[in-house]
Amino acid sequence: MEFEDFDHHTPIEGTTLFDGEMAMIGYALNKMCYSFNSAEAREQYLANPEAYFEKFGLNEAQKQACRNKNVLEMIAAGGNIYYLAKFAGIYKLNMQDIGAQQTGMSVEDFKEKLRKAGD
Amino acid sequence: MATIIGGLTTSHIPAVGNAIARGQKDDDYWKPFFDGYPPIHAWLEKHKPDVAINIYNDHGLGFFLDQMPTFAIGAAHEYINEDEGWGIPVLPPFPGDAKLSWHIIEGMVEDEFDITSCQELAVDHGFTVPMQLFWPGLGDNPDMPRAIPISANTVQHPIPTLKRALDFGKSLGRAIRSYPEDIKVVVLGTGGLSHQLDGERAGFINKEFDQMCMEKIVTDPEELTKISRHELVRQAGAQGTEFLMWMMMRGALGDKVRPLHQNYHIPVSNTGAGTMMLECIE
Repeated sequence: MEFEDFDHHTPIEGTTLFDGEMAMIGYALNKMCYSFNSAEAREQYLANPEAYFEKFGLNEAQKQACRNKNVLEMIAAGGNIYYLAKFAGIYKLNMQDIGAQQTGMSVEDFKEKLRKAGD
Repeated sequence: MATIIGGLTTSHIPAVGNAIARGQKDDDYWKPFFDGYPPIHAWLEKHKPDVAINIYNDHGLGFFLDQMPTFAIGAAHEYINEDEGWGIPVLPPFPGDAKLSWHIIEGMVEDEFDITSCQELAVDHGFTVPMQLFWPGLGDNPDMPRAIPISANTVQHPIPTLKRALDFGKSLGRAIRSYPEDIKVVVLGTGGLSHQLDGERAGFINKEFDQMCMEKIVTDPEELTKISRHELVRQAGAQGTEFLMWMMMRGALGDKVRPLHQNYHIPVSNTGAGTMMLECIE
């Protein structure tokens, strides 16, 4: 087995593979987002986001990405999309909203891009 | 002895759960997707499997990154569904078959697959949406089988290789067929096909690759094991790695299968949605 088999960072355009390295960076952020499975946690977060960041020990980049509700920044700060989806859910953002945000498209244009993939 | 009658594949997109809850099956957007299921309903009604092995990937309900099993098998008498955080309705518990679970776990560990056994496991949309699609009405459907969830890690790399997934299925199939009770088992491979939710490449769907996978999984699954995990991400998208569940399902069915029905539709939410019905050949 070649060492390259373990290299998860060979670039795939527009893609960050969530591996051990990213998991280490993002643990606090992902743990906070995982907590949002609970309605009580979601309410607690909305009542005071800054206090909620502190409770989970987010670093400044993670806090700022959350304040900005910016998915690409959250990914760069170690966020995993499955947990980030729970954060997005708090703000009623679905996968097309998130997709549009990350690609810099309007939601309608993003939906059209998806539809065209079937042509 | 237990027999495996066949395998079913389906995407397990959360939006499908919402569409079912809202009664949108016949809407223009949804109809081409839901039209893929009635032939499967007829087949299930005819054969009435006793147990469904539901192979899915948890997305952050049953497991978190604190403890992330590569392969986990439910060993509970029932499996609860819980709030996932973004509004999909919570469903009633799903009856399990703990005795068969432990037989499978015993058999697979003997076969040198190292399994995480779960006497409690909250099942998310990856498990529940396929149950709703194949057995509409769930508990109100007299044919709904007992279910055993099997979850593989696709949340965090390193994920299993395609070869390991297929080999897992082969071992699973041996374990099921050695069960002494005369029950009929259907194996579900859920998730996929191509999609990517995260990054600047969000919205990536690869129809050509999906169709190749749907063909080869019938005729030559071994060929698919040549695809590296990195290449799978490149070709199927970051979350298209859920195709591993299809490989696990396929391994359990044996060498030859009879493809009875398939459907493929783009898009369902951000995904190329694939549905297949494969019957085991004795």
